[in-house]
Amino acid sequence: MTESAEKIKKQFIDKGIEKGVEELTPEKIEKTINKILKSETGARFKAYVETCVHCGLCSEGCHYYLSHDKDPAFSPAGKVKQTIWEIVKTKGKVSPEFIKQACEIAFTECNLCKRCAMYCPFGIDVAYLMLTMRRICHMLGVVPQYICDTAHSHASTMNQMWVKDDEWIDSLIWQEEEAREEIPDLRIPLEKEGADIFYSVIGPEPKFRAQLIYQAAVIMNVAGADWTMPATPGWDNSDMCMFIGENEMMGRLKKSHFEAAMRLKVKRIVMGECGHAFRSVYDMGNRWLGWKMPPIPVIHALEFYHELLTQGKIKVAKKFDKAVTFHDPCNVVRGRGLHEMGREVTRAFTNELIEMHPNREQNLCCCAGGGVINCGPPFKMKRIDGDRIKAEQLFNAKSRGASTIIAPCHNCHGGLEDIVHHYGLGMDIKFLGDIIYECMEKPGASEG
Amino acid sequence: MHDLYAFVSGPLVWVAFIIFFGGSIYRLVSMAILAKKKDGVVFEYFNFKYALRSIFHWIIPFASTNWRLHPWMTIVTFAFHIGLIFTPVFLFAHIILIKESWDISWWAMPDGLADILTLVVIASCVFFFVRRQVLPEVKYLTSTSDYVILVLVALPFITGFWTYHQWPESTFMGILHILSGEVMLAVIPFTKLSHMLFFPITRGYMGSEFGGVRQAKDW
Repeated sequence: MTESAEKIKKQFIDKGIEKGVEELTPEKIEKTINKILKSETGARFKAYVETCVHCGLCSEGCHYYLSHDKDPAFSPAGKVKQTIWEIVKTKGKVSPEFIKQACEIAFTECNLCKRCAMYCPFGIDVAYLMLTMRRICHMLGVVPQYICDTAHSHASTMNQMWVKDDEWIDSLIWQEEEAREEIPDLRIPLEKEGADIFYSVIGPEPKFRAQLIYQAAVIMNVAGADWTMPATPGWDNSDMCMFIGENEMMGRLKKSHFEAAMRLKVKRIVMGECGHAFRSVYDMGNRWLGWKMPPIPVIHALEFYHELLTQGKIKVAKKFDKAVTFHDPCNVVRGRGLHEMGREVTRAFTNELIEMHPNREQNLCCCAGGGVINCGPPFKMKRIDGDRIKAEQLFNAKSRGASTIIAPCHNCHGGLEDIVHHYGLGMDIKFLGDIIYECMEKPGASEG
Repeated sequence: MHDLYAFVSGPLVWVAFIIFFGGSIYRLVSMAILAKKKDGVVFEYFNFKYALRSIFHWIIPFASTNWRLHPWMTIVTFAFHIGLIFTPVFLFAHIILIKESWDISWWAMPDGLADILTLVVIASCVFFFVRRQVLPEVKYLTSTSDYVILVLVALPFITGFWTYHQWPESTFMGILHILSGEVMLAVIPFTKLSHMLFFPITRGYMGSEFGGVRQAKDW
């Protein structure tokens, strides 16, 4: 107990936050807070702040709270108390030190997973309030360095990983070449106008998970899909600007993504296995641009796999030989209800699906999403300590036989990898696409 | 004493009801105008089917995961809210007063039941008080105003019970009963008690988002 209490008190040092706070004055803080509250918040903010009856029932919704021995400072409302309530109460008269603390809470102690919205009897959206706090921090220039750099990459290159335009095309051609060794007539069709499907991925795929593009190309080719990828910016569907409160840039990114698809006159966008990108395209970015629903149908990989399977376009050649458990990512399960589709595909390709508990909408967060993993190494241990409950949940599934975790989201992957490693769980983590690629029939594949 | 009684049971009743209804309408309308102006999403995504689906899961005991996680809190909070709303509305003594004034009346609950519900409300307030003191996650969030509100809610029930049973100083307690009831009613729109007004809207909006956009359950 004392050990974990010490961990909570541990100071995390982040250059982005430190430098930003140095520049602050009480006047600047007050002016910025009031400007944002007045011009950008309205009825939702007011209702959420005024309706909360301080009942504490949201607490059990939060993995940070559960992982920190039920420390009330980590409960959803507890975090709102330390941030939003205080700036409302003081009308923005808070110190630079307060902003530093509030920044750390909003950026690294909440994954915006919205589980607590299912625990608050009033449906108060704490994620929205934390995003408002992040927006204020961003406008004050106080943002964790790593995620800020990622947002700068978005602003400079329209992708998350400083990938240059020619490097993007090179990566696709490279993966096409690799995949042709397996399926000789495989293509990754670039810039194909009028294709059915515009396939988009996140920046990290060409940067360091290029095999996912390979696998997606194999699945598309086997399924006989009429698909394309753009050779221009707009290929990256990810969005860290959304998570630092840089809403203007979030809008530009989504516009570029939608416009790339529209320029190619495709029927729909299919996205890789990423959660936050789906949130950005389906929930937040489209709204910023004034689209109630995305201007072109957007389908997450889970739904796409399900469609291919049920339409018989991909077939099961063999069952994955290890027992698996299915981790429900917040942005495509609480964000789009794809939990049953994901499970149907999983069951088709595996011998045994062992549920972790809780699951589906109730699943516990990976503690990486919401930009938390993107805040980088300074906060890595905070993230891992903040999700001890996830390790317990996974260990329970393991004790009932599960040895592989299917996590159909990039951030979940990163977060779960750290948790599995740190807590010594010894479980493999795979994308659903990894399993499909490994176990499906590949009619055109060369022998050996 | 008689003048005071006449004042609290006459003009002040009007004042209390006007503030309650007027204030409630003002809060709801001004919130709607603000939403129209600043939060377009609320009207765009609000969906009555999914709003009601969510609301029903939260106004039925144990119908949501979180209610099941906190059985005692669930039992107490439902009993409390039922007693709080039904007792004053269906109390025989209240209905008589209205019949005398306006010659309209409705079903009255037996006095014995009213007694039980009153005690339930008072006991629930004690439970909430203890809960705020004892549970760390609740204590952390609690401010003085939360206790003040608990007292404001308990007072009309304590004094009402006292008056009905004709305990000592029951005339004074009767006046205090009316006064405290009026205060409680009047502060509803302007304090945390306004959760009564906003519950259907905040829950309904989250239900609409989850049902209509996210296609997931929110209970």
